[in-house]
Amino acid sequence: MTSPRTDAPVLEVTDLVKHFSTGSGFRSGSGVVRAVDGVSFTIGPGEILGLVGESGSGKSTVGRCVTRLVEPTSGSIKLLGTEISSLSRRAMRPLRRQVHIVFQDPYSSLNPRMTIGQIVAEPMRLHGTAKGAALDERVDEMLEKCGLRSELRDRFPHEMSGGQRQRVGLARALALEPSLVIADEPVSALDVSVQASILNLITDLQRDLGFSCLFITHDLSVVEYISDAIAVMYLGKIVERTSREKLFRDPQMPYTQSLLTAAPVPDPVAQRERTRVVLRGDLPSPLDPPSGCPFHTRCPVAVERCTVEVPPLVGVTEPDHLVACHLVDRETGAPDIAAAAAAQGAEAGAGLQTGARRPA
Amino acid sequence: MTTTVSERVPTGPASDALLSVQDLHIRFSTEDGPVHAVNGVSFDLAAGEILALVGESGCGKSVTAMSVPGLLSPNATVDGRILLQGRDLLGLSAKELRAVRGKEISFVFQEPMSSLNPAFTVGKQIREVLQRHEGLSKKAAHERAVDLLRLVRIPAPERRVDEYPHQMSGGMRQRVMIAIAVACGPKVLVADEPTTALDVTIQAGVLDILRGLRDELGTAIILITHDLGVVADLADRVVVMYAGRPVEQAEVHELFAHPQHPYTNGLLGAVPHREKGVELVAGRRLREIPGLVPSLRSDPDECVFAPRCPRSTEVCVSRRPPLEPTRPHHPAACFHPGEDE
Repeated sequence: MTSPRTDAPVLEVTDLVKHFSTGSGFRSGSGVVRAVDGVSFTIGPGEILGLVGESGSGKSTVGRCVTRLVEPTSGSIKLLGTEISSLSRRAMRPLRRQVHIVFQDPYSSLNPRMTIGQIVAEPMRLHGTAKGAALDERVDEMLEKCGLRSELRDRFPHEMSGGQRQRVGLARALALEPSLVIADEPVSALDVSVQASILNLITDLQRDLGFSCLFITHDLSVVEYISDAIAVMYLGKIVERTSREKLFRDPQMPYTQSLLTAAPVPDPVAQRERTRVVLRGDLPSPLDPPSGCPFHTRCPVAVERCTVEVPPLVGVTEPDHLVACHLVDRETGAPDIAAAAAAQGAEAGAGLQTGARRPA
Repeated sequence: MTTTVSERVPTGPASDALLSVQDLHIRFSTEDGPVHAVNGVSFDLAAGEILALVGESGCGKSVTAMSVPGLLSPNATVDGRILLQGRDLLGLSAKELRAVRGKEISFVFQEPMSSLNPAFTVGKQIREVLQRHEGLSKKAAHERAVDLLRLVRIPAPERRVDEYPHQMSGGMRQRVMIAIAVACGPKVLVADEPTTALDVTIQAGVLDILRGLRDELGTAIILITHDLGVVADLADRVVVMYAGRPVEQAEVHELFAHPQHPYTNGLLGAVPHREKGVELVAGRRLREIPGLVPSLRSDPDECVFAPRCPRSTEVCVSRRPPLEPTRPHHPAACFHPGEDE
């Protein structure tokens, strides 16, 4: 409601880099974890961008850089047109009400010594947006919006279930009507039936309040449900970014394809008919990322060029379908990794050695 | 590996059951009084069958599975019968149980980070089982350990066998856990949320290994999970649990195609997923199950799902619905069974 109704992006991130140094201070620079390694994206007003990746891909670090919970190493972060990556804490403070974060773990992200009412009121108190009776009223309103009875305001977090706590986290995050909400795996710790109600709630609130959202998750079915656009991260880099429809209709990056086929669908007929691709190996260490394309060590279709040359994130088949892969071709489109993996599987022999299941 | 169900799934009576759990009741005594964790669970597991116990946190699925190898804490009271090839495990002494555990029944836990001993190499931890149960020499056990690591598809097993758990990734540790669990060729493997802590691309590999164990070694698996995708992928038969009670039990295709219990219907509707040929519409509402899971302090004589159930009527709160077939080989504990919509 207070979010600006213009087409200017709410968030504009350019070449964001965050390196963590490890080890004793002796030879600093020897151990550098490249958690985020040159990430760029924009989020328009009212847009939900799903940032997808597995553990260690750097997706949460991006969220924390955007809220300045960790200091970015380099790159630009523009919130509502203001460059915030180099702002001092004091100068950042008025902008804090424009961006809020909801964390994954509803058990550790609420102060156990504060009542629900105090937790929701705190941001409004700190920013001085409401006082006294008006503040109380606003807390009740926020709790109600998030599906909690206002009687719960005198309870403590430990008296509530995981789903209720996540609703409190949302009420708190939205109390100041921020332009941007960072949701870091907000439903991962919840049971499916509770997860459904929180996802419904986020969709409803987004429609009513119009905030933009960076929705960080490892679960593709959740981003498919909630996002307008999707960015897939692997080892600190965005490897594919496009609209939801395009990503699910035509996943181009081999990593995206393998993520899509690896997630089992709750339908035994469909699930057992699918050709799945099981990637070999594990995520390489971000301390020592592979040369060239970061995915080439696990990619079933990698060629020599992938091991030396870093693929740029560009639109190959369409200008708004960005992908970082040498093998995506303007004419023939993306490589079919299912076929490639099936061929490799057949070579390796049947039984326990095959990665891919034969198509039915 | 694309076996059809009819080849695999014995839907017949208990006669060919490898493991038979009958009318299992588990109660924990706590400072605040008893907790009725499991109330009347029965199932049969045939050789080479994968049976999934499905439900949300607190439904009693893990407690049920842990009671099979006798791994519950001392404040638990277990009633009923757990028959492994006709022998009642509940009557065994601690010493007799130790001989069963690891050899005839073994288990894989959810948390691969904390279930291995950080102070020993993975090779030593695999050898331990083999030397204890099979009486192998250290050298023979070592060779077998390398074979087992190869079986669970750990690359370079000759080198990996001498590594410590902290040198391995989560997916790799879970494979080591599976290697230890199957070292003695158990008849039954209990896998408690074996892939929940893993990334999807790693999960797919672990599920394939479990399927491979069943296909190649004929291991029967009790799979405990909350993930209906994993169930659809791997299970032959499913028991859905709610608040300590079994509410529905069926062959996997039958269950997903014709869910009878309103709770099962609710669970299936709550998962965001693309239906076949239908594009998922953003903002399409997911099914919610209103209300909260009831307290397990009592075991009331009524349907435990009634307070959250859209179909609930007077009869639901007057007595407990029996778990009876509503379709062939498909029992559901509901007075108003059937599919939604």
